[in-house]
Amino acid sequence: MDIPKIKYLRNASFQDKLKGFFLTISGLTIFNLEFFKQLFTLPIEIEQIKKHMSELGVKTFSIVSIMGFILGFVLALQSYPVLERFGATDFLPATVSLSIIRELAPILTALIFAGRVSSGIGAEISSMRVTEQIDAMEVSAVNPFKYLVVSRVIATTFILPILTIYVIMISLVGAFIAVIMTDNMSLIYFINAVVASISFGDFVPAILKTYVFGYIVGIAGSYKGYTADGGTEGVGRASTTAVVLASLLILIVDMVMVKITVWLWPSIG
Amino acid sequence: MMKNPIIEIKNLEKSFGDLCILNKISLNVFEGENFIVFGQSGSGKSVLLKCIVGLLTPDSGEIKINGKSVLNLSNDNLNNVRKSMGFLFQGAALYDSMSVRDNLQFPLIRNYNFTNDELTQKTITTLAMVGLESAIDKMPSELSGGMKKRIGLARAIITEPKIMFYDEPTTGLDPITSKEISVLILELQRKLNMTAIVVTHDLLCAEIIADRAIVLNKGDIVEEGTIEELTASDNKLLRNFFSHEIINQ
Ligand SMILES: Nc1ncnc2c1ncn2[C@@H]1O[C@H](COP(=O)(O)OP(=O)(O)OP(=O)(O)O)[C@@H](O)[C@H]1O
Ligand SMILES: [Mg+2]
Repeated sequence: MDIPKIKYLRNASFQDKLKGFFLTISGLTIFNLEFFKQLFTLPIEIEQIKKHMSELGVKTFSIVSIMGFILGFVLALQSYPVLERFGATDFLPATVSLSIIRELAPILTALIFAGRVSSGIGAEISSMRVTEQIDAMEVSAVNPFKYLVVSRVIATTFILPILTIYVIMISLVGAFIAVIMTDNMSLIYFINAVVASISFGDFVPAILKTYVFGYIVGIAGSYKGYTADGGTEGVGRASTTAVVLASLLILIVDMVMVKITVWLWPSIG
Repeated sequence: MMKNPIIEIKNLEKSFGDLCILNKISLNVFEGENFIVFGQSGSGKSVLLKCIVGLLTPDSGEIKINGKSVLNLSNDNLNNVRKSMGFLFQGAALYDSMSVRDNLQFPLIRNYNFTNDELTQKTITTLAMVGLESAIDKMPSELSGGMKKRIGLARAIITEPKIMFYDEPTTGLDPITSKEISVLILELQRKLNMTAIVVTHDLLCAEIIADRAIVLNKGDIVEEGTIEELTASDNKLLRNFFSHEIINQ
């Protein structure tokens, strides 16, 4: 695998930046192809995958819990007066849960996950790169890409959907608490209203896209880490640029996938 | 006695951008030989080692190991060649997320079929060779610079490679440990008939282990011969390198 090296320039001109942009695209493409090639070669580093998954869960659990609760709480608070204006407060569970499930929980969880995780992966792998640990693996005839990158990307891909479902639950709790503070809605009514309003087309595409977001977080962090150079300064650069790259890709992919979803399920679009 | 060349290098060239690091280097290293590479800081010694093991791709030239070219090998074939090699990195390059035990066992678990008992046994005997059995459950961050170097050495020799590359094995060690490491390198050569390329600035170490040596300067091999021949040379660069005098060039 030969990934084009992007030289970091302190005073990069517009041309340099443009060149860097295209090199990143071609580098990412090669990196993705390598991932799928390595994904299907044995042995599978099961132990590593398990370790990374539990670490990722522990790392992000508290931040996404707080974010989820506040998201539901604030959304319900904000929607209440608007719906009240139209005398439609009964629709509150439906509007709030639909916004959360279809868009807000997946995208916000993914962005927070990107901030926390892709920077971590970028820093871990780049520090192994600049201290020659990746070279050491290579000369000992162990495939560092498989060991470091594939296991991490599998872990991020499968943990983010779980986190997103958890965030959806927590934010619905937050929303309910906000509602009963202003209205005397019963829990049974709230749950029934939420369940009745959600359909397959709301839930499944929303969760499916989080697999892609998880994949992006893993790949962006690994790519920036794996191609790092320039000593400890390169480590810092890898971790910050990984977050930028991951967030940007998540937003772009979200836009494309929402368009596709609306096109596939026009009835609920 | 003429032995087979294990490593054959012909007209090896490597530059980074406009900077030429290796300029048509040719050398042969024979079976069971300790081959020393001297040279000033920045003269391309580490780059030379990395080209041989395939971490860097040379711009042109030929590298043969056991008579077979190692440039343009497929990943699997390259890994087969690498299983017969060990590499001690200049900065030790220990895996800092793993304990010393896991560092040593990392290649063993993945490339060989040892039982758990055999793995532990091998780890302990190899650590004993570098005098650090007590460090087996430490993390790299708990080790001193010299200890890291010795663990790096243990990790490189645990697979009993036929060819070893040492990048400054004694730099940063005290004179006593440094001598012990030199003797260890010599023992490995005798016991396992190991072929080694050793990059070093340590004349004492070189005197203990060297069969032959070269001096690299600005991308060229300035001199080749035994340590006695090099230290007795009139070449200004070599006299600056090996003697106490300071000679203006
Ligand atoms: N990856 C790289 N990219 C660009 N230049 C490099 C790279 N690696 C090495 N160099 C340059 O190659 C030259 C030789 O480096 P090398 O590490 O081989 O020196 P050395 O002889 O091992 O020195 P030392 O004794 O200090 O370890 C240096 O000028 C260095 O700047
Ligand atoms: Mg060096």
